[in-house]
Amino acid sequence: MPKTLEIRKLHVEIEGREIIKGVDLTVSTGEIHAIMGPNGSGKSTLSYSILGHPDYAVTQGEVLFDGENVLDMKPDERAAKGLFLAFQYPVEVPGVTLASFLRTAVNSIRKKQARWGGQPLKEISAIEFYKRLEEKMNLLQMDPSFAQRYLNEGFSGGEKKRAEILQMAMLSPSIAILDETDSGLDIDALRIVSDGVNALYGPDVGLLVITHYQRILRYVQPQFVHVLVDGRIALSGGPELAEQLEEHGYDWVKDQLGESAVTRQNG
Amino acid sequence: MANALNFNRRESYLEKYGFHDKNSYVYRTEKGVSSRIVEEISGLKGEPEWMRNFRLRSYGIFEKKSMPGWGADLSGLRFDDLYYYVKPSDKKGRNWDEVPEKVKLTFERLGIPEAERKYLAGVEAQYDSESVYSSLKGIWEKLGVIFCSTDEALKKYPDIVRQYFGTVIPPGDNKFAALNSAVWSGGSFIYVPAGVKVEIPLQAYFRINAESAGQFERTLIIAEPGSFVHYVEGCTAPVYSTNSLHSAVVEIVVKEGARVRYTSIQNWSDNVYNLVTKRAFAYKDATMEWLDGNLGSKVTMKYPSIYLMEKGARGEVLSIAYAGNGQHQDAGGKAVHIAPYTSSRIVSKSISKGTGRSSYRGLVHVRKGAHHVKSKVRCDALLLDDRARSDTYPVMEINEDEVDIGHEATVSKVGDEQLFYLTSRGLTEEEATAVIVSGFIEPIVKQLPMEYAIELNRLIELEMEGSVG
Repeated sequence: MPKTLEIRKLHVEIEGREIIKGVDLTVSTGEIHAIMGPNGSGKSTLSYSILGHPDYAVTQGEVLFDGENVLDMKPDERAAKGLFLAFQYPVEVPGVTLASFLRTAVNSIRKKQARWGGQPLKEISAIEFYKRLEEKMNLLQMDPSFAQRYLNEGFSGGEKKRAEILQMAMLSPSIAILDETDSGLDIDALRIVSDGVNALYGPDVGLLVITHYQRILRYVQPQFVHVLVDGRIALSGGPELAEQLEEHGYDWVKDQLGESAVTRQNG
Repeated sequence: MANALNFNRRESYLEKYGFHDKNSYVYRTEKGVSSRIVEEISGLKGEPEWMRNFRLRSYGIFEKKSMPGWGADLSGLRFDDLYYYVKPSDKKGRNWDEVPEKVKLTFERLGIPEAERKYLAGVEAQYDSESVYSSLKGIWEKLGVIFCSTDEALKKYPDIVRQYFGTVIPPGDNKFAALNSAVWSGGSFIYVPAGVKVEIPLQAYFRINAESAGQFERTLIIAEPGSFVHYVEGCTAPVYSTNSLHSAVVEIVVKEGARVRYTSIQNWSDNVYNLVTKRAFAYKDATMEWLDGNLGSKVTMKYPSIYLMEKGARGEVLSIAYAGNGQHQDAGGKAVHIAPYTSSRIVSKSISKGTGRSSYRGLVHVRKGAHHVKSKVRCDALLLDDRARSDTYPVMEINEDEVDIGHEATVSKVGDEQLFYLTSRGLTEEEATAVIVSGFIEPIVKQLPMEYAIELNRLIELEMEGSVG
């Protein structure tokens, strides 16, 4: 049974300023959606508010995941329900190893899920955990020693992005939002990260790829592309839309907007 | 929401855990301290004349000395209202059934072995570790290592004790050193012969009895040239004490080429004033390392210090302090460079929460003539919420030009961005804060023996629980 993330008429403010001005979007597991947009269009605001960043206030609208209203839930609860955000700028947490943090996260999610399901908690054993970690690190071509480094501390841009995808691999979300995962990556890193993302994608996983450039979409190929301009989805279409944007730029979209509010582009 | 460790902090420990029967199974001197009581203590212990005189002289100094004009607020201390000597009995103090559920739960969560729980809860006067202890005893004896209580050492090895007792910390050092010198009881005595390296850390646990976990412990450690020993004192499990003043003195002599590491973690109940004087003399090419963890007590004033006496001497103080509601941890370290070509390092990590106050107070002193001294001080403070407070009082007295002295201080709050990042991965806000805190103290914790590191982290996690919002 596919699960859906339904964003309905969403309005989001930060410090009294409205950034998202009415967004409707539905992402199902098994689908790959891309959100493209110029700087300042509200891409990160959208992803932060879906996961529940305290600075962002939802003033109108709903976000339903698998039929439940997630806006009532704390970020950790949303994660336990199956939502994940790969950050554009992952923050450093000194003194905490990637491995120990991940193990805590896995168990924390299991704890919540057990409670909701009325089941006894089964924490992941060390052996099971490290076996899985090794498997996923191999997939992402990460050196095993990486797991013992302090979370994001001193990581290069590429290492941070790969670590985000590693975390996604370990937490097995149903819907993952990738916030400008391609920024700061060179061709090889981009390919490795994309391969990792593709390996995680499947009928039970939906992806929302947020990006400024078309590059990553050559590797992680969306079925649906949406263009976010000034806090609204101005245009939606198929993968060709991404190519058109590449060719004509975002100004072209703004010109299109002049003709009609939202258009579905064909061919 | 109940906090496992804060469960009874508002209740008077004396009421709940006071003596059941004043007369039958515990002996103690009457309230207050006087030269008569000091004599009584010495008499009860059957001490030699010189120690009795030392105590009496110290008492005289105590009476005359004034309270420190700095540091934490000690106005709550009532010297007349305390018992200065309690002789433990072999009989039980209280029933296991009477121990609150939450206390038992804490032991459970910290993974404290069964046998230790009863001791820590005051149910047993002795920690029964005979089997473990006796086999280790055999090893030490073969090496010529002496590890016993200071009382015992005074009886069995009076000459060594007399040679060093009071030489590192004379009674006149400060009011509380004077008090300890007058009424001391218990504590550890360690003597390591030249060239002997004791591989397994010596722990106070092994020869524990109620007296040694007492108020006025006096510890003396002597490391002969080329030797090594690691002593671990205290424990992370909360220790419930009816005695509200703990004033210990620790003297350490590290001779040429020797190395001593002293690890101490205290988690006294929140009625305790924990005022400790700890000092080591490090001689030529010797190394002294203090690892200090302060979690409990109402007030702690403790500044492990090292006097770098001869060329090549090295000293290190690594200190962690956690101050929750109503607590004041005034901690830090002192490095006194007497000789040239000596080095020191002080690292302090303090955490404050709620009305808790965690301060770094430190001294780096370089005497004239002590050139080519290298000293680094690093104090980091982490504030867990808006009310928390942290202060730094670093003092540098540098009387030489050719020295390399550095001081770095940082203050940080638990960042919203860090919290969001961690919670978005499924950690509750409490868990996320605990992770951030454990990362903050990690550079020091990784120096602790593993069981302590694990216990310390778990303990801090418990402190975090139910404490957000």
